[in-house]
Amino acid sequence: MAKIHVTTTINGEPEEFLCDPAETMLDVLRNRLGLTGAKEGCATGDCGACSITLDGTLVCSCLMLAAEAEGHEIGTIEGMADGDHLHPLQQKFLEMAALQCGICTPGFLIAAKALLEENPDPTETEVRFWLAGNLCRCTGYDKIIRAVMDTAAEMREAAQ
Amino acid sequence: MTDTQYLAPATLDEAVSAFASANGAARILAGGTDLLVQMQAGVVKPGLIVDVKKIGELTSVEETADGGFIVGAAVSGAKLEKHPNFGRVWPGALEGLNLIGSTQVQGRASFGGNLCNGSPAADSVPGLVAAGAVATIQGPNGRREMPVEDIPAGPGKTNLAPGEIVVSFTFPPRPAHSGDAYLRMIPRTEMDIAVVGCGVNLTMDGNTCTAARVALGAVAPTVRRVPDAEAALIGSTLDDAAIEAAAAACCAACSPINDKRGTIAYRTQVAGVLLKRTTAIAAERAKA
Repeated sequence: MAKIHVTTTINGEPEEFLCDPAETMLDVLRNRLGLTGAKEGCATGDCGACSITLDGTLVCSCLMLAAEAEGHEIGTIEGMADGDHLHPLQQKFLEMAALQCGICTPGFLIAAKALLEENPDPTETEVRFWLAGNLCRCTGYDKIIRAVMDTAAEMREAAQ
Repeated sequence: MTDTQYLAPATLDEAVSAFASANGAARILAGGTDLLVQMQAGVVKPGLIVDVKKIGELTSVEETADGGFIVGAAVSGAKLEKHPNFGRVWPGALEGLNLIGSTQVQGRASFGGNLCNGSPAADSVPGLVAAGAVATIQGPNGRREMPVEDIPAGPGKTNLAPGEIVVSFTFPPRPAHSGDAYLRMIPRTEMDIAVVGCGVNLTMDGNTCTAARVALGAVAPTVRRVPDAEAALIGSTLDDAAIEAAAAACCAACSPINDKRGTIAYRTQVAGVLLKRTTAIAAERAKA
């Protein structure tokens, strides 16, 4: 099968890869690029565990062909921390135990980051609706929602 | 076993040519939120995937000089939601599109994909039909226009000719005091498939309704326009008798299936209830 050569940007760094025409972005991230933070939960766009950003927009990498990354900017969980310095959302998820098994966590973090970039002061309802496409079977969601709300409040204070 | 090929042409002519010459083995890729699921499930195995998102006309939103809008068929819900004016003028059409799936799905899902996937329960289609949106279609024999309500042919089927691609949707200029709305019935609060969907688009002159378009989703093999409901609303003050008549027309227009989401009797009754609720919202917006 003829492979497609893709030139893209991942977490701010230029990246090139070869992929099959029908291969998903999730499979390329995990199997070809070693970026295993994005998880495959359902592979049908229902669970959000594979969440990434495409030119800053939140998408499911399982519902995107890798070939579509050509010329675009991909953001993954691996690019969320600044070196050893965790993103405030990551720090808060740890402090507030907003995770248990951790499979859904990269997706929640990427999705929550995209929310706070668009809306730094969301209501709890807005957080719950925004994150409705991220499923967690452990926490019951409350800790996750509280962690996002608390992070948002701290980031607003820090920005002042 | 044939391999899948992927093409992302920069022009519509290239896309049409590739799509048409694949003789039905090709699929158009807009947001991919249905196509990739079908590929993962093994339901479809396209010989060729034609990604249309590098074509400007399919991915842009244009306001026309007369106050209309031309929305590219592959414009995502997230992108259209951020448009400064579209949602102000067509809140109902936008809320139908924005009800598809999660935030992640909104990053990709489009009017064109939702329409061409052919689901009778497609959330964005009743709003398009109620708006009177007209699809611009390009194929091997050139370009033509088709009202959105004429495109669905049945579950998973459209009336597009082989090789034809939906390019954009033209929303007509808006008379003053117009409003539209879309509501759907689902047993959850979000992330579900409509049991019934209802789009209503009204123009008011004082308290009198001067124009109305009504469309129902998930109650027939296709999204269905309901002319009898429109006739009941037009010329009325949206008084109880007119609303009841329009609701009855909606119930009469239903020929739904029984499935796990709803029985025939339930869907038929809910169609009338949704007509009333959706009309109330559209009327409020029209008067504002």
